[in-house]
Amino acid sequence: MTLHPMIAALRKHKAGVVLIALQIALTLAIVCNAIFIIYARIENVRRPTGLNENNLFLVTQQWVGAPSGDDAASTQKLDVMLREDLATLRALPDVESVTPTNSVPLLQSSWNGAVALKPGADLRAGNARTTYYFGDEQLLKTFGLHLVAGRDFTAADVVNKAFRDNSQPDIVIVTKALADKLFPGGNAVGKAVYLNGDSKPTTIVGEVERLQVPSVSTWASTFVWNSTIAPIRLNGNFSRYAVRAKPGRLEAAMREVPAALYAANPMRVLDDDSVKSFKDIRAEAYRSDIGMAALMGAVCLILLAVTAGGIVGLTSFWVGQRHRQIGVRRALGARKIDILHYFQLENLMIAGGGAVVGIALAVALNRVLMSKFEMQSMPAYYVLVGLAMVVILGQIAVFVPARRASNVPPVVATRSA
Amino acid sequence: MLGYYLDLALRSLKRSPGLTALMILIVAFGVAASMTSYSVFRAVSGDPIPWKSSRLFVPQIDIWGPKGHLDATSNNDPPNAMDYTDAVALMRERRGKYQSAMYRVSPSIVPPDAHMHPINVGGHAVYSEFFTMLDVPFKFGSAWGADSDAQRAAVVVINSKINQKLFAGANSVGKTIDIDGKDYRVVGVLDNWNPKPTFFDVVNTGGFTTDEEDVFLPFTRAIDVGMPNDGNTNCSEIPKGSGFVGLQQSSCVWISYMVELDDSAAVSTYKEYLDSYFRDQKAAGRFNWPLNNRLRDLPAWLDAQHVVPSDTKISLVVALGLLVACLVNTAGLLLAKFLRRSSEIGVRRALGAPRMAIYMQFLIEAGMVGLTGGVIGLLLIWVGIWGVNWVLPKEIASLAHVDLGLLALTLLVAVVATMLAGLYPTFRASRVQPALQLKTN
Repeated sequence: MTLHPMIAALRKHKAGVVLIALQIALTLAIVCNAIFIIYARIENVRRPTGLNENNLFLVTQQWVGAPSGDDAASTQKLDVMLREDLATLRALPDVESVTPTNSVPLLQSSWNGAVALKPGADLRAGNARTTYYFGDEQLLKTFGLHLVAGRDFTAADVVNKAFRDNSQPDIVIVTKALADKLFPGGNAVGKAVYLNGDSKPTTIVGEVERLQVPSVSTWASTFVWNSTIAPIRLNGNFSRYAVRAKPGRLEAAMREVPAALYAANPMRVLDDDSVKSFKDIRAEAYRSDIGMAALMGAVCLILLAVTAGGIVGLTSFWVGQRHRQIGVRRALGARKIDILHYFQLENLMIAGGGAVVGIALAVALNRVLMSKFEMQSMPAYYVLVGLAMVVILGQIAVFVPARRASNVPPVVATRSA
Repeated sequence: MLGYYLDLALRSLKRSPGLTALMILIVAFGVAASMTSYSVFRAVSGDPIPWKSSRLFVPQIDIWGPKGHLDATSNNDPPNAMDYTDAVALMRERRGKYQSAMYRVSPSIVPPDAHMHPINVGGHAVYSEFFTMLDVPFKFGSAWGADSDAQRAAVVVINSKINQKLFAGANSVGKTIDIDGKDYRVVGVLDNWNPKPTFFDVVNTGGFTTDEEDVFLPFTRAIDVGMPNDGNTNCSEIPKGSGFVGLQQSSCVWISYMVELDDSAAVSTYKEYLDSYFRDQKAAGRFNWPLNNRLRDLPAWLDAQHVVPSDTKISLVVALGLLVACLVNTAGLLLAKFLRRSSEIGVRRALGAPRMAIYMQFLIEAGMVGLTGGVIGLLLIWVGIWGVNWVLPKEIASLAHVDLGLLALTLLVAVVATMLAGLYPTFRASRVQPALQLKTN
């Protein structure tokens, strides 16, 4: 089949052709950007935190009338209360292990600083930014972290200090990501580093495979895997406990906690949010990402449906308009399949033309989103996926009216309009 | 004549129900999707205090210098909050009409009823002028006086929710409540006041949060009893002293500050004051970098702090793109529909109808499609808002709602947009040559 008569026919409907091509171009531009956003969000949500997330929950509570100072006496009193809570939680029948902690991955509340290889660096200018987790000898076990080098903390390593005491720990365990950044040659275990611009050295005693920072915001995206764990019980007027329930006993353990803590000491605040499964923490942290992906998905579906509808509508109209011409072609020997192919090829040409414009629009839209909203640059294959999508969509949409056209009987040619 | 055109339009639309339904649905979906996004955008980008926002200012002093700008995202901006030293110094001088330093607190309240467990509340430690400056409405009582600031008095303003919880909604002015183990006298109960975004302290609240402002107490009192800050603390170096007192002596920033300046003269005077404050401190040896202060009004401040989530803006851009795509589509379908009736147009023109009449007839037809699409779009918006509530974070989604303004705007957008889409097809229809049409038949 030669393209010449087809182009001649399209010229007769310039406006309609331009509109449908423009529609396809817009669809391509929006759909591939939307898919790119969806993919980026899903990628974000799917990255593992490094925790064993099953059977893990977090308890946050605040003492009432507890000492608010940070003098030695107040700190020791708070530490007694903290250890009492730990003992209470560890004694629960459905609990496997407990650690005090200041945060967990995805909780958003975080304590950040920097690690340097030299003493006295500026706080924000160390060799690597990091987030801090403070816990005791059960932290690795409770979080479910994998130790890949060095050793875990022992009970003898653990000390306590006031919440706002700024002294640095003697030893830490760091993530492999952070260790590799600080010591690209490997073997970080046993090396000394300086935390938060301090001049006191801190020794790395172990490396864990992976541990995400608490924040999922963009400002933390430069150091997502740089975590430092210190063997310290922090004493403030509030405390957090990460609790690992025995397998399958998560809900039972979560139910036991408030009553047990109130029984140990009623002067405390435990509200609806105080006992939270890690599953809920994860859902909350990524709610906006999942929401955005869902919205973009909805927009894509609506847009594709609308475009398909438009193609069906306009092609149907053209088929109706060319009823007689189709009859003439059939009478002159064209087979049904020739008519079908004619409309399919016509659609392919229009969609192809629209897609070329669409690719330019897609890249332009991505540039706008990048400059205004800190979005990443869209890889070329998204445009190709979008291209394939609109072409296939066009072929599907055109099939019904094209088949109707192919069913026009040759006898139409003999009738006057 | 209008009635006649309406009748014509109705007949024409009925003649091809499939195509008509398709157009209406396309308009409905396009309008509903864009208006749903717009309702979210409107909710988060609205001015929280429109009658006054241009007179409220946030001062920033560059107390960290170059080492505070190490993050690539800081754009050379000074810290977005204040350290204790400067906040208190500015409060002492009171150079604005009204001003308040403030920080977020999260104390616990022990209810008078011994059977109730203690509850945790959120709020701010502020100065007395905070309430006048922000036109905070009171249900009972009033703000504390400036003397209470000076005396570090144990007074508190509570919101109506806490009043309901502790005093069953009765007038509680003069009663005492136990906050963190100390007695405070209630001086005022807020009426409903829950501005979104929490514009007076976006640094510590992020702007949109589900946390409530339950209690307000004097800044001086909170410092006195060592009530620690519950918001963000940002440091350029580790504080030398420890504890909350150490924080107050450090260069860490954790205090928000707002000042009311009523005219441009006051603004420039205050700016000059802020700059001379920096120069004095520099002369005293505290800084060794050039002046880099900011004094932004509230809208500029909210913009600089990126209070409107970028997701909301992206959604709006994409949804508007969807609307444009829908309109292009509608234009294509209307074109097909109108040109199919070339012979009818020819007859009308031959019988003496002017071009204007053809214009009217087809624009009304397009308008009808738009109106019907808009009405269906209204129904879809309910679905859209429900969906948004389901997928977006609570603190954002709860703000998006349907009101009369949105409904009216939806109908207007639907009709106007569809008529715009109908312009070119109508133009083509009006150009139909009557002679040609009559001949071919």
